[in-house]
Amino acid sequence: MLLIPCPWCGPRDEAEFTYGGQAHVPYPRDPAALTDEEWARYLFFRDNPKGPHAERWCHTISCRRWFNVVRDTATNEVLAAYRIGEAGPVIS
Amino acid sequence: MPRQLPSSAHPFRLPTGGRIDRSRTLTFRFDGVAYTGHPGDTLASALLACGVRQVATSIKLGRARGVFGVGSEEPNALVRIEAPYAEAMVTATTVELCEGLVAFGLPGRGRLPDGPDPARYDAVYAHCDVLVVGAGPAGLAAALAAARTGARVVLADENGELGGSLLGRGAADDWGARARDELAGFPQTRVLRRTTVFGYYDDNYLLALERRTAHLGAAAPAHVSRERVWRIRAGRVVLATGAHERPIAFADNDRPGVMLASAARAYVHRFGVAPGRRAVVFTACDSGYPAALDLAAAGTEVAAIVDARPQAGLWAQRARDAGLPVRAGHAVTGTSGDPCLTSVAVRELRDGEPTGPVAVVDADTLLVSGGWNPTVHLFSQAGGTLRHDPARVAFVPRECRQAVEVVGSAAGAFTLAECVADGARAGARAANREATEADLGHVLAPPPDPDDIGGGAPPVPLWLVPGPDEPRTHFVDLQRDVTVADLRRATGAGLSGVEHLKRYTTAGTAHDQGRTSGVLTTGVAAHLLGVEVSALGTTTYRPPYTPVPFAALAGRDRGALHDPVRVTALHDQHLARDAVFENVGQWKRPWYYPLAGEDMAAAVARECRAAREGVAFMDASTLGKIDVQGADAGVFLDRLYTNMISTLKPGRIRYGVMCRADGMVLDDGTVLRTADDRFLVTTTTGNAAAVLDWMEEWLQTEWPQLRVHCASVTEQWATVALVGPRSRDVLSALAPQLPSSSDDFPFMAWRDTRVAGVAARVCRISFSGELAYEINVPPWYAPHVWEAIARAGAPYGITPYGTETMHVLRAEKGYPVVGQDTDGTVTPQDLGLGWAVSAKKRDFVGKRSHARADTARPDRKQLVALLPDDRHTLLPEGGQVVADAPLPAPPVPMLGHITSSYRSTALGRTFALALVRGGRERVGQRIYVPVGSVLVPVTVAEPVLYDPEGARRDG
Ligand SMILES: [Zn+2]
Repeated sequence: MLLIPCPWCGPRDEAEFTYGGQAHVPYPRDPAALTDEEWARYLFFRDNPKGPHAERWCHTISCRRWFNVVRDTATNEVLAAYRIGEAGPVIS
Repeated sequence: MPRQLPSSAHPFRLPTGGRIDRSRTLTFRFDGVAYTGHPGDTLASALLACGVRQVATSIKLGRARGVFGVGSEEPNALVRIEAPYAEAMVTATTVELCEGLVAFGLPGRGRLPDGPDPARYDAVYAHCDVLVVGAGPAGLAAALAAARTGARVVLADENGELGGSLLGRGAADDWGARARDELAGFPQTRVLRRTTVFGYYDDNYLLALERRTAHLGAAAPAHVSRERVWRIRAGRVVLATGAHERPIAFADNDRPGVMLASAARAYVHRFGVAPGRRAVVFTACDSGYPAALDLAAAGTEVAAIVDARPQAGLWAQRARDAGLPVRAGHAVTGTSGDPCLTSVAVRELRDGEPTGPVAVVDADTLLVSGGWNPTVHLFSQAGGTLRHDPARVAFVPRECRQAVEVVGSAAGAFTLAECVADGARAGARAANREATEADLGHVLAPPPDPDDIGGGAPPVPLWLVPGPDEPRTHFVDLQRDVTVADLRRATGAGLSGVEHLKRYTTAGTAHDQGRTSGVLTTGVAAHLLGVEVSALGTTTYRPPYTPVPFAALAGRDRGALHDPVRVTALHDQHLARDAVFENVGQWKRPWYYPLAGEDMAAAVARECRAAREGVAFMDASTLGKIDVQGADAGVFLDRLYTNMISTLKPGRIRYGVMCRADGMVLDDGTVLRTADDRFLVTTTTGNAAAVLDWMEEWLQTEWPQLRVHCASVTEQWATVALVGPRSRDVLSALAPQLPSSSDDFPFMAWRDTRVAGVAARVCRISFSGELAYEINVPPWYAPHVWEAIARAGAPYGITPYGTETMHVLRAEKGYPVVGQDTDGTVTPQDLGLGWAVSAKKRDFVGKRSHARADTARPDRKQLVALLPDDRHTLLPEGGQVVADAPLPAPPVPMLGHITSSYRSTALGRTFALALVRGGRERVGQRIYVPVGSVLVPVTVAEPVLYDPEGARRDG
C-alpha cells in the first residue's frame, strides 16, 4: 500500500486514489491534422520504464484532484508529486 | 541414572518449572481421548506432558508425525479444533490450551467446517513512529529504547507472552519481566500480544493478525471480535523476528520423537515438560550443547551428543565435564521405531560421508540442530535483499529501501548481549535519536546469559547425511513430504534454480511457508548441483507469514456490510407492491411486480401491455444526474458529447452519446438545458460516478481554463416515469398548469410545474416509444407523488413496472443500453446512432478515432435484431451467432453475439438484439445461433421492431 503525497491533502493511503496512467500525454491540439499512426501513438502507446515514471493519480475519495507523481516502478518509491500544470522534477 | 519422572496423568511433566499455572487443571480431548493440562500450556506441550508422541500423519506418505517445533515454525503437528471454536487446520504448538478444547490430528490437510463461521472479525488502523516486530530480547530492548524517547511505539508478538527465548529462563526471564513492566508504563506504547505481523508492503505498511479470544475458550466474551487485522503505517520498523533452527536431512528424520533442539529446550523452560526419557542430540553447531545440558538438568538421560564437527570446542568440554558423552565428527545416519523413535544409528562422518561401524543408541528423543535461519521473511517481503554469511552458515539481511532495521538473531546475532545491545541501538535510532549509554541504562543492560561461555566453535554447513539407502526418507520438507530423492529427481530433470525446484517438488509451499525447510532445500539442492549455497539463494518470501483466515481479512465487510446497498426514496412503495428486486450496481431496483400466482413472464407481459395500451409507471430515480454549470458549460459538453449541445435552447432536451478518445461508446443519456450557463446531464444508472469522474478528469487535466463546475445530483431528484397512451390523462389530472398539447409541450422539452401540489420538473422523454413523461421531484416528496400518480391512474388501470419491462419496451424500439449492448468495442455508428454524431463539429472526444481505418470498415459488428423462426424460442443472451448450418469444421467463424433477448407481448414473439459482423448488410438473411447441440435459425432484422415510424410518442 503506497503512501501517496497528494499535493492538496498530504500523504494518504493508495486506496484513496485512482491511477491514471502515464502523465504528460496531452490531448493533441488538432487531432484531425494527425495521421492514423500519429493518432494511434497518442491513443495506444505508453512508456513502460523500469525506473522513474511520471504518472497521473486522482485523489478520488477525498479532494478529487488530479495530480502527477514520479514513481520508481522497480521499487515503488514515490520520488515526487506535483500539481497539474506544474513542471515535473528532473530525475537523473 | 535419570531422575524418575512422576508417573501420573502427566508422565513427562517436570516437578517444577515452566510458566504454567499448576494450581489449575484444564481438561481437553485429543483424537477422542480425555487429557488434562494447565493454563499456560499449548496443545503441543500438554500432549507431550501426557506422553502423546504421535499427533498427526503426513500428507502424501501417511507417516506418523509428532511435535517437531514449539511455535509457528511447526511443520508436523497439524490439528483441527472442533470446540470451543472451529479451526480447520492449525499447529498444535500455537493453540493455547483452554478448558474443554476438542482437537483432532490431521492427515496433512484440513477440512473447512460445514457451517458458517458465527464469530465476529474486525479491522483496526494504527499509525506509529516505530513498529517493533517480535518481543524477544532484541525486540523488547528496541521497544524500550524507542518508547523512552516518547515515540509512539507498537510492539507486536505472536505469542501469548512477551519474552521470546527468555521465557522461563530464570534471571534472563526476570530481565524480560522488568522490560515488560516498564513498557506497560508508556501511554504512547501499544503492546499487541498474540499478534502475528504477516505482511510487509510498500511505504512501511504492515498487516498483523491479532487473535483475541481463542485462548479464552468458552469464556470468550461475545462482544469481543474473535480476530482482527491491524493495518499499521509505521515511520520506521524494527524487525526482531528471531531465528528458526534448521533440521538436517538424514534417513527417517521425521519420526515422532525427533525434535528441534531449541524446541526441546523451550518445552523444558516454558512448559515444564521433558521431551523424553533418553535423548540423543545431533548438532552441527554449538546450540545442541546447552539443549543437552538443560535436558540433563531436567532429568532426561542424554545418551549421546553427536557433533558433526571434528573439533567441537569449549562446549564439548563442558558437556563432557557434566558427564555427557560427546561423539565429535559423527553423524546420525538413521532412526528406528514403530513408529515412534526407539533408537538412533550413529556413524563417523568423514568428508561428509558416513564411514565405519554403525553404533545403535537407544533413545526415545532425538534433538536436531543444523544451525539457525534468521527469520528474514518480513524483511524479504519489504523488498530487502539477503546475503549468505558463510561464517554463520546463514542468509542474513543485506539492504532494503524501506525504513527498516533488522536486529538480534534475525540479523544473525546469536548471543543475548549482542541481541539486546543491537535492539536498543536500533530502537533509539528508529525513534530518531542515537542511543546514549544512559538510554541503555540498567534495564537495558544485557541479562545474564548462561549460553554465553566466552567463545564457541564455528558452525559447519551440514545439510545432508547420505545413506544408507536411497534418500527416500531423508525429509527436507516435513509438511509436504518432500525428500532428498524428490530434489534429486528435480535436479536430474535439469532444474537448477530454487524457484523452479520449489514448484517442481512443492518444497516450501505448505502452510508453514518453508520455515524449517526453505534453507535446507537450498542447502541440499546446492549439494546435489555441486554449487555454493550462496549462489543458489533462497526463494522469494511472500505474504502471509502465517496463514490468515479469509474471515479475518473480510472483517466486518461481509453479508449486508459487504457492499453498500442503495435504495431510492420510493423503496417502501416498491416493497408494499411486492416488487422483486434486482441489483443494478449498488442499487436495488424493482425488477417486476408479480401479482398473486404470477410468474415473472406473466408479470412482465402484463406490465408491458399496460405501458403499450394504457398507462404504467416506474421508479427511474437511479439514473445518474449531473449538474453542469458555468459560462463555458456548453463548450465543454460539445467537446464530450458526439453531438452538438451548445445549440440546445433552455427548456429543451437532447439525447447525447459520449465516446472515449478511442471512439468507443462510454455512456449515453439526455441533456436538459436549464439556463444559458447550466445543464442537467443524465447518465446510465451504473455509469453515474464514472461519467462525473470523466468530466472532472478532462476539466482538470486538459481544459483547466474552461469555467465549468460539475456536481452529482443523482440523489437530489427522485424520478417517476409515466408511460403509455393514457399517461397524458393521468398527468393532466395531477398537473393542471402543465400544457397538455404537444404543440405547447413538445417531445424532448421540459417544464417546471406542480405535480400533486409538489414543485416538479417534468420532461417529455420516452425510453419506450410511447407517449411518456419523467416527473422529477425532491426525494422527500417522492412517496406522496408516487401514490398520487397511482390514485390518479387507477381509473385507467395504471400499473407499476420494473426494469425487465423497461428493457423489453426499449429493446422493441431498438434502443441500446450501454454496458449491455455495448462492451467498450462499439462505436455509436455500430449501434446505428450515427445520427447523433455531429459531422459539423471540428472535434469532440472520439471524433478522430471514428476516421481510423478500423472504426470505418464496413464489416464491423453492428447492432441488429434477430427474429427466431420459432416465435417461442428465447435466445440466450451471450449466445454466439454463426453464418452456416450445419456447422463447418472448427474453428467456426463467429459473426457476433446476442446482447439482449426478450419475449415481446406487442410483437407476439421472442426477439433479440445482437452485434453481428456487417449486420446491417445482412438484414433479411437467415443465420444461426448454436444453443447446446441445436442450431437455432434466426432472421436478421432492423433493430427497431415496434412502431418504426415513431407514431406513438405524442400519444
Ligand atoms: Zn487530495
